[in-house]
Amino acid sequence: MGLVRLYAAVAVSGFRRYATYRMATAAGLFTNTVFGFIVAYTFIALWNERPHLGGYDQAQALTFVWVTQALLGAACLIGGGFQEELQERIRSGDIAVDLYRPADLQLWWLANDLGRAVFQLLGRGVVPLLVGALCFELALPRDPLTWLVFLLSVLLGVVVGFGLRYLVALCAFWLLDGSGVNTLNGLLSIFFSGTLLPLAVFPGAFGEIVRMLPWAAMLQVPADVLLGRHGGAGGVAAALGFQTMWAVLLLAAGRSVQAVATRKVVVQGG
Amino acid sequence: MADGEGQGTVDGFIELDGVEKVFDVRRKAGFLRRERHRVRAVDGISFRVPRGEMVGYIGPNGAGKSTTIKMLTGILVPSGGRLRVAGIDPARDRTRLARRIGVVFGQRTTLWWDLPLRDSYGLVRRMYRIPDARYRANLERCVELLDLGDLLDVPVRQLSLGQRMRGDIAAALLHDPEVLYLDEPTIGLDVVSKAKVREFLRDVNAERGTTVLLTTHDLTDIEQLCKRVMVIDHGRLVYDGGLDGLHAVGGSERVLVIDLERELPPITDVPGARPVKVEGPRQWLAFAATQSAAPIVAAVAARHPLVDLSVREPDIEEVIAKMYADRKAL
Amino acid sequence: MADAPAGVLRRAGEGVHAYGLIVGMWVRSTMAYRTSFVMMALGNFAATALDFVGIAIMFTHTDTLGGFTLPEVALLYGTTSTSFGLADLALGTMDRVGRRVRDGTMDTLLVRPVPVLAQVAADRFALRRLGRVSQGVLLLAWTLYRLDVHWTPVTLLLLPLMLISGAVIFGAVFVAGAAFQFRAQDASEVQNAFTYGGTTMLQYPPTVFATELVRGVTFVVPLAFVNWLPALRILGRDDPLGLPGWVDFASPLVALVCCALAGAAWRAGLRGYRSTGS
Repeated sequence: MGLVRLYAAVAVSGFRRYATYRMATAAGLFTNTVFGFIVAYTFIALWNERPHLGGYDQAQALTFVWVTQALLGAACLIGGGFQEELQERIRSGDIAVDLYRPADLQLWWLANDLGRAVFQLLGRGVVPLLVGALCFELALPRDPLTWLVFLLSVLLGVVVGFGLRYLVALCAFWLLDGSGVNTLNGLLSIFFSGTLLPLAVFPGAFGEIVRMLPWAAMLQVPADVLLGRHGGAGGVAAALGFQTMWAVLLLAAGRSVQAVATRKVVVQGG
Repeated sequence: MADGEGQGTVDGFIELDGVEKVFDVRRKAGFLRRERHRVRAVDGISFRVPRGEMVGYIGPNGAGKSTTIKMLTGILVPSGGRLRVAGIDPARDRTRLARRIGVVFGQRTTLWWDLPLRDSYGLVRRMYRIPDARYRANLERCVELLDLGDLLDVPVRQLSLGQRMRGDIAAALLHDPEVLYLDEPTIGLDVVSKAKVREFLRDVNAERGTTVLLTTHDLTDIEQLCKRVMVIDHGRLVYDGGLDGLHAVGGSERVLVIDLERELPPITDVPGARPVKVEGPRQWLAFAATQSAAPIVAAVAARHPLVDLSVREPDIEEVIAKMYADRKAL
Repeated sequence: MADAPAGVLRRAGEGVHAYGLIVGMWVRSTMAYRTSFVMMALGNFAATALDFVGIAIMFTHTDTLGGFTLPEVALLYGTTSTSFGLADLALGTMDRVGRRVRDGTMDTLLVRPVPVLAQVAADRFALRRLGRVSQGVLLLAWTLYRLDVHWTPVTLLLLPLMLISGAVIFGAVFVAGAAFQFRAQDASEVQNAFTYGGTTMLQYPPTVFATELVRGVTFVVPLAFVNWLPALRILGRDDPLGLPGWVDFASPLVALVCCALAGAAWRAGLRGYRSTGS
């Protein structure tokens, strides 16, 4: 019970911390919205040529665009998040202090990151989706249950993203400078999450593979859940199961890497 | 030569006449409402510093110290009053003045983190276009006096705080500035580094006649370096004069520490002195800082079995704290 | 009175000199972490290349986008990427103005005898941004090889003129964005809408976008002069707004006006900072 309260407090502090940057949030909103417009028009052009590309109609494709902009901050699709801060703690040796805390390192950062994501979903997600819905014809569901499942799917997507970024952050135990890995992580995330172009549009076997990678869980799956593309309760359950599988796998990988890293710190004394 | 450069040196190298700085501050007053109000950070300050003087500029946080320094260096434009440094109006001729002043911001290094110290100096040389011979002579001198010889080829990130501060001070002096502003130059340094920095500043001031204006929280800096102190509070100059005078104004006391042969009740029979503390055979007697210690020592020795004694100078920190308190009471 | 032409030139010269000095220091600093530099440069290259992969994937599903073929779109992509890459290389780290104001290090720049703009422009200069430029140049070379257009001396001259003017226009946007940060220190992301957003938009044909949007980037934030208008002339196509033909050659002039406006914005920003110190 006490532990739950502890992690809840950590999450709240993560939320609050981002909530203080009002100007930055407003600036981010503005930029997200501008990008939404630009990408929306290119998608209109593409779907004019190929009306049912990737199984989306134009309204669905446009919905994908604005959902992408809405999730950009929360799911850290094009960068952002805690990893540089954690890397800095590892490099400076402060991590030794963290490891002796009663809280688990991974859960502590996960709670913190979820707090951040909730803020960014509210602060940077709602407005772009509203603007998009006002200026374009979107295929948003009327059924509140679909929205609830969508939010659950977003949450799972954020956890998967966290799992990836946590692994990236832990690289700092072995690498002197994490900026190279961070860049690589950002690239993979932009391309394989569907931020650039829906994964449904990726051609052939390449597309098949891409849709099974963990990055697909961050944006493509939540967007498809919202668009009702998984057809029926069984399809939705399978989609959420796919996300859960990656979340569990990545968190477990993070734990084992953390264990190895911890041994390294203990042996070397920081 | 209405505003000539030569003229300034007669009256004062640094001249301030009724200088003011007013900020419009917006404060949160509710969820979205912001209240505007004006803050007089510097509220009509006047002083003159002749060439070659070393002056301490002290005051509590938010008193207006940094704002004054920022106006003197041309970073901030005054809201009112007249200000000249070496005959130059800093706000109007900031870049021209920059060649003639050196600035050290205590907690913000201007050195290049990943490069050897020497490279940072090379940049200064080229940025200020310092002639080769003069650069080499100045560098040599700084290296010798600040003990930088072994550090020149070390990346700055590997230097200790004290080493870095010494490096920063050297960087500020390579172009032979006529005036040096130091903002908290000894903050966070260890005792040895502090001593080294102070010795160097004394030396620069004495030999090159560099005018030095120093803000600090460490009053030992002032005691050891400056004959003149200016105290600022709430944007106004509340004291300008010698250290001794500061004691008189602040009504400070010196303390006579006496060791007796044995434990005795507090000594109350010495006129002009009162006991402030007793610890076994050791007693502390306070007396006015302006009074001579000799008659009090004589009186104690005549009436009590004295083993050893020492006089402790008043702590100017206390003096200033007292001054602030007095002003608030008024 | 203070800004006599000779004085302006001298200050500009000093600025360029200081910019070069500081850039040299950052390049040497970068080389302290050589492996990391190589990875970052490759990453920069790959990140921009992925953008084009996205477009290429679009073209696996269609032959034309907004009526433009892949090589035609690639010309737009290559020109804006090169121009933006050059501006980003030279001035892309200017968005640290807000941070410098917040942490007080802006003051250390103001006590040096060289223009603050030059110091801020060179701040954290990142050579890895060559990755973007080289990607743009490579793609441009491929396009010029593949593109079936009739080159005349005029259009041949127009190409380099377009690249340089485009870089200058984007550079002006960077400077204006930095100036805005004196006012709003946390708003560095706003300029991304115009820089990254702008170059993304210019990668696609203007026919793709709503007319109001095209008007906006022609008359309000004149990004259309970076590549759209001159490139349409090279491709022998009409612009969607039906502007007179000489407009296609107006990019250098527009670039100059942008510089003047950005310079004014910067001076206003700096003046504001020096009177409020916030």
